Amino acid sequence: MQALETILGELALQLGDEELFLGHRDSEWLGLAPEVEEDVAFASIAQDEVRHATFWYELAEASGCGQADALAFDRAALERRHAALCARPNGDWAHTVLRHYLYDAWDAVRLAALAEAGDALWAQGARRMLREEHYHHLHMEKWVVDLGRAGGEAAARLRAAFEALLPDLPDLAAFAVDPQALVDLGILSRPLAELRRAFVAHIAPTLSQAGLPVDRVEATLAAHPRECARPVARHDEAEELLATMNGVRSLGAAVW
Amino acid sequence: MTIRSMSEEAVWQALARVPDPELPVVSVIDLGMVKSVAVDDRGARVELIPTFLGCPALGWIADKVRAALAEQGLEAEVAFALDVVWEPSRITPDGIEKLREMGVAVPARSGGTPVACPYCGAHDTEIESLFGPTPCRAVYYCRACRQPFEAMKP
Repeated sequence: MQALETILGELALQLGDEELFLGHRDSEWLGLAPEVEEDVAFASIAQDEVRHATFWYELAEASGCGQADALAFDRAALERRHAALCARPNGDWAHTVLRHYLYDAWDAVRLAALAEAGDALWAQGARRMLREEHYHHLHMEKWVVDLGRAGGEAAARLRAAFEALLPDLPDLAAFAVDPQALVDLGILSRPLAELRRAFVAHIAPTLSQAGLPVDRVEATLAAHPRECARPVARHDEAEELLATMNGVRSLGAAVW
Repeated sequence: MTIRSMSEEAVWQALARVPDPELPVVSVIDLGMVKSVAVDDRGARVELIPTFLGCPALGWIADKVRAALAEQGLEAEVAFALDVVWEPSRITPDGIEKLREMGVAVPARSGGTPVACPYCGAHDTEIESLFGPTPCRAVYYCRACRQPFEAMKP
């Protein structure tokens, strides 16, 4: 039982950290996005991601990891369980939308596997989030295809973003705990190798429309099977992110 | 009618007076946000379905539900249910009409037909942005009357 709680707690922390960090990066575009519609879109997307993080931190709290707010704000960068991709600085617009697209695609596959599995609370949360994340996914997908098809500088920047993000994919398509243990516990419906195949099948049509080579994603994932838990992510970018996120809170006078 | 169902009726009537803070023409009942109502000796229990988990109005709505029931002399426990996923098809016919009058369309159940413009009724519409002023709304454009309008997210 202790082992079960620990595994669930670790997974909930991973999902919470990823949604919180990406949601924070989304919020960094507010007032700066290239179109006013994107300001509105990124405000809405950031709000969704941060609320999803809250759901996962509450599950972590229920697994005995500590109080949800403290889990969100007070854990040091080294204690975080996120995929490095989620904390990367936004970069340019191409990097922003491609990073988000790849995360949303993996998240859709992962949430479906949680929703299909037997555990009621995890599956219910996953089903809710699948509906909400669907809009983010459609939005980012359109941007990726539009930039790729535009050619010229847009396509060149998208290609550069692809090269920068490719090495992060094996770490994204992984879990902070042994994925086979999650399958054995009935939290995840399918093993990691199957989820990765579903991920590649999912992104293949979009990447090809955008002129990006999906076979390189396949090769990169195959070179890093990662059947065990992922190593601790690069933490310097998370450290910078946490310092910004906690900037007001650390003044001490803020009331929540 | 038993005493119990009469008090449940009173709860539903009170809920009909709790507006959505962003779309005050519709109540939480119109929006299909009420999952269940139960009343016993200790008070009322209301289960609400969040439209979107990240909707910042949820706490406000829960407070207003408690206040509306307190006016009826009922202490209410308000919970958010996760086992039902909210969709625009939960909005009542009354709610759809009230929203249309204020310029917010509700997409059809089937999803096949393009949403009708709330101003001119034409179906020659397109989605401008999936993200509108609140998590549950998107921005559309009517090519017939050349008006942008809002609709609940499909």
